[in-house]
Amino acid sequence: MMHHEISPGLWTLAWRRLRADRLAMAALGVVGAFILLLLLSSSGLVAGDWEDEVAVNYAPPSFVGPDAAGAALARPQAPTPPNAFDPLAAELEVLKAEVHAGHPPRAKALTLPFGADKWGHDIVKKTIKGGETSIVVGLVAAFVAVALGTLFGALSGFFGGVVDDVFNWFYSIFTSIPSILMILTVAAVLQQKGVLTIVLILGLTGWTGPYRLIRAEYIKHKAREYVMAADAIGASSWRKMFSHIFPNVSHVALVQLSILVVGFIKAEVILSFLGFGVPVGTVSWGSMLNEAQNELILGKWWQLAAAAGAMALLVTAFSLFTDALRDALDPKIK
Amino acid sequence: MLAYIVRRLWQMLPTMAGVIVLVFLLFNWVGGDPSYLLAGKMADEAAIANIRAQLGIDQPYYVQLGIFLKQIATFDFGNAWSTGEPVAHIIASRLGPSLTVLVPLTILETFFGIALALAIAFVRGSLTDRAVMVACTVGMSISILVYIIVFQYFFAYKLGLFPVQGWGESLGENLLRYALLPIIIGLAVSIAPTLRLYRSFVLDEVHQDYVRTARAKGLSERRIVWVHVLRNAAIPIITHVMANLPALLIGAFLLERFFGIPGIGREVILAVERSDFPVIKAITVYVAAATMMFNLLADLLYGAVDPRVQLK
Repeated sequence: MMHHEISPGLWTLAWRRLRADRLAMAALGVVGAFILLLLLSSSGLVAGDWEDEVAVNYAPPSFVGPDAAGAALARPQAPTPPNAFDPLAAELEVLKAEVHAGHPPRAKALTLPFGADKWGHDIVKKTIKGGETSIVVGLVAAFVAVALGTLFGALSGFFGGVVDDVFNWFYSIFTSIPSILMILTVAAVLQQKGVLTIVLILGLTGWTGPYRLIRAEYIKHKAREYVMAADAIGASSWRKMFSHIFPNVSHVALVQLSILVVGFIKAEVILSFLGFGVPVGTVSWGSMLNEAQNELILGKWWQLAAAAGAMALLVTAFSLFTDALRDALDPKIK
Repeated sequence: MLAYIVRRLWQMLPTMAGVIVLVFLLFNWVGGDPSYLLAGKMADEAAIANIRAQLGIDQPYYVQLGIFLKQIATFDFGNAWSTGEPVAHIIASRLGPSLTVLVPLTILETFFGIALALAIAFVRGSLTDRAVMVACTVGMSISILVYIIVFQYFFAYKLGLFPVQGWGESLGENLLRYALLPIIIGLAVSIAPTLRLYRSFVLDEVHQDYVRTARAKGLSERRIVWVHVLRNAAIPIITHVMANLPALLIGAFLLERFFGIPGIGREVILAVERSDFPVIKAITVYVAAATMMFNLLADLLYGAVDPRVQLK
């Protein structure tokens, strides 16, 4: 019996091309490391205790060494001499003893590898925790936007006619309002801050890019022979759209997803910075930059460096990977 | 030509109607009742009823939509809730500062983008080319916030080369003193994505037949790139510049906020912070209209640049 060699599919070929690209694999490794950190931190295994005050206020990074102000803060205070005229002196001692019984005074570090913030939180843990918020918002919002864009694009491209007109009308409305203005407008209306709100804002305003590309793909594919064959065996429109055509256009959706994640991580940081994003008490890279802006004047640059550096590293890696992914999936376009 | 413009304007009507309905629904339906917000914490029933009557939100929705349409048509949105300043006056007076930053920024970005893209096209595929592209990717990955914070700290606060923030009375003073650092930052942020894009436009043209013909005729490489390629790459570049104008707003919003420039962007951020709905509504509707006009302008410019493009 003849042995049939199965020709490798689009994804296998794309993966092979990607594997050959060393820069892309390095970028994928960095993105993977960030995702791993995110999983560890959301499960509480890493950075769960980021809010512990482990160091003196603004403890500098270790290689700078402790500064005078921090050292003075950490030095044990000389006991105040008892005031003979203070009628509450005895009670004060009792109160002090009570406070110390609950929270034994802890030795605070004078320096940390990457320094500490205003409250003595470890910057490394804070950056990991902040990254969790920023990355989750970016990923989920991008999924929402691509899902909406794909659904609308599929309906519009497949059915054409009035359906297409209606979605094109929506498209023209959403693209005639600049995205930042759209985002701020929806933020103003929704009034409540929160991770869910910001995901909704970004997801609802970001569907236009995927829509345009997916619609074009559906128009191209609906006339192909395999769709006619599916039609001949009586497949429903829904089945043709999502079981038959979608796998053939899914690479477009994947590249769009990859592009949007980067854009949305940046957008979340700006929104949180402006105070329209994550609620007070939640840390994100944007809220860290917000704090760091005022600290810079005091010469405390390490929080800024940590948040900006972590973000730049992730976004660079993600962008390089996206470029490589696009080339690998569509080798004609270089 | 005139018929084309008229038809395009006619086609904008449904989109504009959609924008108006969308903004209306967002603020009058999703946004809920703003009268409690306006009346303050110690409001009584009478005060709230009074505010509701003033805003017209005790009326049915179609009457409210009518009020909104009248406001748009007459440029009269009443007064801002937070400051009491007429909204029309806010928009008119904030436009100048925004343009003082945006116009030079757009001109410089386009000029440097084209010059660098053509220069890179000379050495395409070389180590320089690759290094510049990687530098662009890294440059694009750093948040605009970081550029602003660091540049403002070093160049304005530490070195004192520019004012940390502020805005003057005369155009010359603003342009040469206050707008300078914001423009430099805007340029630093936007040049990387622009260069990457223009390079791809230029490289698309470099492989065309007419370039081979020009080479065969014995034209110098310099002349081919700067005259022949540039003319043909101009069309996507114009589209990009026009389409990018609204996108420039993102940077402009933040620059205006950080440098205390009393422009449209800072006004929007302030309005969102204060829940000042009339200001946001007005700015959103007019910016959408302006965006559509820019798209039309871009299409008209194609015809001027490329005689093959026929506007019908």
